[in-house]
Amino acid sequence: MHNILGHPQLWDIVALSLRVSLSAVALATLAGLPLGAAIAVGRFPGRAAVIVLLNALMGLPPVVVGLAVYLLLSRAGPLGDLGLLFTPAAMVAAQTILILPIIAALSRQAVEDAWREYAEQLRSLGVDGLRAALTVLWDVRFSLLTAVLAGLGRASAEVGAVMIVGGNIDGVTRVMTTAIALETSKGDLPLALGLGIVLIAIVLVLNAAAFLVKEAAQRRYG
Amino acid sequence: MILPLRLEGISFRHIIQPLSLEIGAGPSTIILGANGAGKSVLMRLMHGLLAPSAGRVAWSGPDARRKQAMVFQRPVMLRRSALANVAYAVAAAGIGEAEKIAMEALREVGLAHLAHRPARVLSGGEQQRLALARAWALHPEVLFLDEPTASLDPSATREIEAVIRAFDASGTKIVMATHNLGQARRLGDEVLFIHQGRLVERAPVERFFRQPGTAEAAAFIKGELPWA
Repeated sequence: MHNILGHPQLWDIVALSLRVSLSAVALATLAGLPLGAAIAVGRFPGRAAVIVLLNALMGLPPVVVGLAVYLLLSRAGPLGDLGLLFTPAAMVAAQTILILPIIAALSRQAVEDAWREYAEQLRSLGVDGLRAALTVLWDVRFSLLTAVLAGLGRASAEVGAVMIVGGNIDGVTRVMTTAIALETSKGDLPLALGLGIVLIAIVLVLNAAAFLVKEAAQRRYG
Repeated sequence: MILPLRLEGISFRHIIQPLSLEIGAGPSTIILGANGAGKSVLMRLMHGLLAPSAGRVAWSGPDARRKQAMVFQRPVMLRRSALANVAYAVAAAGIGEAEKIAMEALREVGLAHLAHRPARVLSGGEQQRLALARAWALHPEVLFLDEPTASLDPSATREIEAVIRAFDASGTKIVMATHNLGQARRLGDEVLFIHQGRLVERAPVERFFRQPGTAEAAAFIKGELPWA
């Protein structure tokens, strides 16, 4: 175990994994929270269909997202000129698309539940528009944190999308999950196992943190 | 002054049949009726939370929105302290030093000692008193109450009724929906009796109970009395 954790490349791989997944989470949060909130309180034709679609997209297969982004970014694709294929940026793009629906759908649910409870009271107090939206978002902030962490969990654990658009290039686009897949097929089980343990530890720590934050918030704010 | 409030031929889908009435300042008005009679909907139409399908809700003065408040059957509290909940309403209304006014309102309903507790972990009765404090801080000309004690035990109900009396004494017009006859008698001056979306009878409380003018009202009083 000791020489696995001392493996020269291991921490580079871990760092790249975190960089890619955290960037994707940041982007997906920036787009997904407002999108989810807007769908939660908006009334427009086709709303039900949008919600069903969003919920369905939570289960997007990573390899399909990878394939779509691959086609977009490949030399002959519409965005081929950007030259992003097989770079960390392409991996961030693919993971952003993958987890955007998760963050949007979960925040839509949280905001809609709160809105249903608060709407009349806020209107009675003469609070509407942006002020009402901010009040509700602030009140469900811990549920939104859970939505964001669900996205991060999904991003850091998936292998299909980053494998296809990143190419698993040593030292450039190799992340924990793609390294595990490769080392396993090569028969280097100790390294694969070591990476697997690190990956699980990260996911565990994140979820424990989310749980504790939410518990503390529940006790403090009800 | 935003009173009198005039409802001019308002209806709401099939729930409220076309109805006209005027509600003036002064006596406390009780909207009485069975569950599903349309009391809550009528009150929401008056308060402007629902738009009537037809007809008009007309207040007599400007800025009517800010001069009325409503307390719901189930209090809705934000995830913050009791004090912050009241201060939020004061700040939204823009009527001065939010914290100071909020603290005075909490004192008024006897919740000052819980000011810094999270509002949503208070008991049902305390949350309802907090909702009344939130309304108190706004010094409304009219206070709408939608079955404010329907889910409370007798001692919490007594406390809520005491605060409602304090509102009345301070000059706030009380408009309260209830199906509790005892409460209607204790707090009301006049009764609007609603039956299946229609205003069936309007009478002073005393006369309404002694000598109901319609068969529906008589049946309601008779049927409800055992639980009053």
